[in-house]
Amino acid sequence: MFVIKSESRRQTFYMYLFISPWLVGFLIFALYPILSSLYYSFTDYDIIHPPQFIGLANYTEMFHNELFWRSVKVTLRYTFISVPVQLLLGLGFALLLHQTLPWRGFFRTAMYFPSMVSGVAMSLLWYWIFNPQIGLFNYMLSWFGIQGPAWLMNPDTALYALIIMSLWTAGSGMILFLAGLQGVPASLIEAANLDGAGRFRIFLNITLPMISPVLLFQLIMGLIDSFQVFTQAFVMTQGGPNYSTWFYVYNLYTSAFKEYRAGYSSALAWVLLIVVMLFTAVIMRLSRRYVHYEGGSRR
Amino acid sequence: MSTVKATRPLGPPSRLRRRFKPVKLASFITLLLTTFLMLLPLFFMVSTSLKSKREMLKFPPTFLPESWAWSNYTDIFETLQFGTMYKNSLIIAGLSVLGTLLSSALVAYGFARYRGRGNNFWFILLLSTMMLPYPAIMIPQFVLFSKMQWIDTFLPLIVPAFFGSAYNIFLLRQFFSTLPEELFDAGRMDGCGELRMWRTIALPLSAPALATVAIFAFIYSWNDLLTPVLYLSSSDKFTLPVGMASLTSSRFRIPPWHLLMVASVLAMVPIVTLFAIAQKQFVEGIVLTGIK
Repeated sequence: MFVIKSESRRQTFYMYLFISPWLVGFLIFALYPILSSLYYSFTDYDIIHPPQFIGLANYTEMFHNELFWRSVKVTLRYTFISVPVQLLLGLGFALLLHQTLPWRGFFRTAMYFPSMVSGVAMSLLWYWIFNPQIGLFNYMLSWFGIQGPAWLMNPDTALYALIIMSLWTAGSGMILFLAGLQGVPASLIEAANLDGAGRFRIFLNITLPMISPVLLFQLIMGLIDSFQVFTQAFVMTQGGPNYSTWFYVYNLYTSAFKEYRAGYSSALAWVLLIVVMLFTAVIMRLSRRYVHYEGGSRR
Repeated sequence: MSTVKATRPLGPPSRLRRRFKPVKLASFITLLLTTFLMLLPLFFMVSTSLKSKREMLKFPPTFLPESWAWSNYTDIFETLQFGTMYKNSLIIAGLSVLGTLLSSALVAYGFARYRGRGNNFWFILLLSTMMLPYPAIMIPQFVLFSKMQWIDTFLPLIVPAFFGSAYNIFLLRQFFSTLPEELFDAGRMDGCGELRMWRTIALPLSAPALATVAIFAFIYSWNDLLTPVLYLSSSDKFTLPVGMASLTSSRFRIPPWHLLMVASVLAMVPIVTLFAIAQKQFVEGIVLTGIK
């Protein structure tokens, strides 16, 4: 009895010793900021002078603020188009590359390559590609006799241009899907094949359930990332033209660091946090019935 | 029909291969086309970076430069403090990688090897911080760092990395959990301390996972724009993304596309190099840790 107790105490001691860097970091870089941002969200605060408590004023202002609603609409539209299409493309490429094909290594690297150009470099490159006069995109459209729009300078097309750009990095999702596909036991597929199941049925009934954790992981991470789009808006469009790319985090950034309204901006941050948590919770709940975890019959 | 099926696994594979041939051919052609589309922007990025100021404005764009303007690659170091920015970015990314590797490997080991009290609670808390959007904590962090007089220094961009990052801890924890217990029992018999077992047993066996984390951490720090934009104000401290973002600003009437592309190419170099060196380990690392 004594031996068991001291063993568990030893385990606890070493666990806390090893995880202490993260525990300290969690307190300083997550818990403390999140609680103070909740407090700031009820204040009028310009970062220089001490915050003044103003109750719910920031939140009520938000709901009457046109730019807030604009940023919500822009961000949701971007997310609901780009995330599903990116997932489908990533999965599609992974399925194609999971077969034994010539040049497989080349294709895999080539598809992943664009993901290495993310951030500002990618924004600069596509800034040129979407240039209506000399850019690559409209030049390629002209091969098919299509006169392309002014993309980033046109309020009707600017957001779609950014969505098209986001699909260019579907290769990073492909790598994760490929890893997932390698974990599907070949014996299962062979057995189904012997039972006379076609390719499509095997995919639907075996492959898809087996890689569903990867799919779920990417769906949630993809949502969280696309709710936070900033670089594209900052580098390519500055939220324009006519606020057509006024993303939520760009709105949050301008409120805090251009208009010096850190209180209002903190309220925006808290709404973002709540929305992310809600989306994640709903997806996790819905997915419980569809996502298959190895070794765990979670009933 | 059923007799044919029963003999298939025993018979020669030629039948099977023939059946899949059209699918594979279609796959191959699809891949060829999409890869072409994916690589085309990259090709033009490099080609435009080598065009003269006059040629970059030509339409339709020329595939290859008419005269190769290699001088673009030296010009950019003169017009912008490109060398300084490059150095700044390398210092920040390098130290961030070091910090992330050290701290994440320690923490992940703690979560994976010790079934201490509260293990699950803290691990779930760690996972939920992955869902914490950076903008939600950005303002208090800014206030905190400005109170510490860290504004316009590299410290806000480096120090947090030394406290571990949730995603990488998660990856490494998944990997460490697969290491067989016997290895550590043997180490304990030899009188190894816990920290020494981490260093001499766990770390050397984890090269693929560590390489993956290093690449993720490097790419993250190298591409980050929002944090340096918040904290760095003097131009000699700018990182590459901040400096490059300023290239599109209104001080040029016509954007200097050729120089923008030079900057983009040069910004890619360290990532591609790193990937080329660690590609095998990187892919292996993702497969092993499984992300599930």
